[in-house]
Amino acid sequence: MTGERRERRAQLATPLGPFERMAEIRAVEEHIQLLFNEGHVRGSTHLSNGQEAVAVGVAAAARLTDVVTCTYRGHGQALALGLTAKEVIGEIVGRTVGCAGGLGGSMHLVGPDVGLWPTFAIVGAGLPVAVGAALASQVNRSGRAAIAVFGDGAANIGAFHESLNLAAIWQLPVVFVCENNLYGEYTRIQLSTPVSDLADRAAGYAIPGLVVDGQDVAAVTAAVSEALERARADGGPTLLEMKTYRYSGHSKSDPGSYRPAGELDQWLRRDPITIEAGRLIDGGTATAEQLAAVSSRIAAEVRRAAADALAAPQPAVAEMLIHVHG
Amino acid sequence: MADVITYREAVSEGIAREMRRDPSVVCLGEDIGAAGGVFKTTAGLFAEFGPDRIKDTPISEQAIVGMAMGAAMTGVRPVAEIMFSDFLACCWDYLANEIPKMRYMTGGQVKVPLVVRTANGGGLGFGAQHSQSVENWALAVPGLKVVAPATPADVIGLLAAAIRSDDPVLFFEHKGLFASKGETAPDGHLVPLGQAAVARAGSDVTIVALASTVPLALAAADELAEGGVAAEVVDLRCLVPLDMATVLASVGKTSRLLIVEENPYQGGWGGTVASVVADEGFELLDAPIRRVAAECVPLPFADVLEDQVIPTTAKVVAALRSLLAY
Repeated sequence: MTGERRERRAQLATPLGPFERMAEIRAVEEHIQLLFNEGHVRGSTHLSNGQEAVAVGVAAAARLTDVVTCTYRGHGQALALGLTAKEVIGEIVGRTVGCAGGLGGSMHLVGPDVGLWPTFAIVGAGLPVAVGAALASQVNRSGRAAIAVFGDGAANIGAFHESLNLAAIWQLPVVFVCENNLYGEYTRIQLSTPVSDLADRAAGYAIPGLVVDGQDVAAVTAAVSEALERARADGGPTLLEMKTYRYSGHSKSDPGSYRPAGELDQWLRRDPITIEAGRLIDGGTATAEQLAAVSSRIAAEVRRAAADALAAPQPAVAEMLIHVHG
Repeated sequence: MADVITYREAVSEGIAREMRRDPSVVCLGEDIGAAGGVFKTTAGLFAEFGPDRIKDTPISEQAIVGMAMGAAMTGVRPVAEIMFSDFLACCWDYLANEIPKMRYMTGGQVKVPLVVRTANGGGLGFGAQHSQSVENWALAVPGLKVVAPATPADVIGLLAAAIRSDDPVLFFEHKGLFASKGETAPDGHLVPLGQAAVARAGSDVTIVALASTVPLALAAADELAEGGVAAEVVDLRCLVPLDMATVLASVGKTSRLLIVEENPYQGGWGGTVASVVADEGFELLDAPIRRVAAECVPLPFADVLEDQVIPTTAKVVAALRSLLAY
């Protein structure tokens, strides 16, 4: 499993890698929507369509040994870091082939061997955990950096403040990546947050804060790489605000009807996969036809992965008791 | 005669022994460094281990415990201090949702080997927000191990087991016991988690106690001994794992059970002990199970009122007499 995940992670460094992975994330999320509609997904699930460039940019910039904590909107981040579609979908449908053997579910994806430590279902809970991983790195001098991926909603919880403050005073090797998709659950950011750029909050901790185009995978990769380099050189933490958008509602029970008319269409015109395709075509790396063929191939692979996941066994009942304590 | 040490000194001694043995042990908390902790339970550690391993934090309970979690997941064995156990409520997300569920939700892939130490309990006039016995809060969360020592030697031996455990441990130090004295522990002393101690042997009635209620139970047993009654005192030491075998064996001898606990009667740990004895030891009993616990009120400030709320030797003696007369 580890070998395949690492291979997938290495693919992000190939010319077509980021495009392929973003296309895969989109295909997986669309497939999960279908599985949910067909009753294969219990509970809820939080799709990340539209935010693919942030996930892939973070993964492309991070080393395999770096620690990433992520939000419950984390299917894309898991796939970007290297988990396979079968492992991710398998977890979401509660099968043994899932990355946590069906014990976690959609909001609890994990893959320590590629740095997913893990996704957190409580808003903002991963921030102090990433700071702790950065502390461990400082204590053990491991050269490892940590990345906390969180949403704009998490920028208003107490742990955000405690985490940035502590990381700043101890100059810990951590990068705070805020995915500002404009909505904290059903509430528009202007109603919850007095600043228009969350990156401005970095000033309160005397750390660098930058606004990044979260729809441009190259811009995300460059910004995260620079922040990681600074972190590893004992330059302390950075707050990066990725301006992005989720095409779906907050969760499966939310149609997103609170969004103003035309807003989604406006963001669809800045679709991260289209932007990356344009770069590849303009730079002569690939033709539109080639990219279309890649997308079809990936869609077929995702369909197969979903079928394999559904065909896999459910966890044995004995699993219920054996993971509480060591 | 063996050396005598206070319960307070035993805390820093127990931590120091583990820090000398294992360089991955790191302490985090408010004023634990040069100040030696507000209860002086970390006195001397900063001088011996320095600022890299004895880390003073800001007043940030979520970050302290969340960070301990991240560090524990990635190669450090953190010993985090939450100054008063009442403040566990400030970081309850980590203690209820994140730390105890991480191993489980990841199917055993991620371990969280950390200790959260905290000063617990009343009787010292700190008022309602600095006096609670909250070990029952922790008992309600599957995935935590819960330890509450009564003697200096047990503090040292249980700290060794807690710090070496690959599971998260909540370690309750009782404020009312800090000045108490007892024999110190020999080098290498380790008390396995989940092993109760018979603090006094007897055949007429069993008193089950924990932390501060152990000396109460022993004093009550002394008083009854004058009248020829031999009470057996079982010190649970841990609530998770809970050593019911020792309790049941004692009840098998005495046929009578009194449980003495400082947390409120409502939802207190004694309810769990009583329930197991009723379930598995009903035929051993010659009398109803009795509990002496705190009243279900916030701890009042004035001495005269606080003594009314929490268990006292007089209340234990009265309960024992009534139980023996049944």
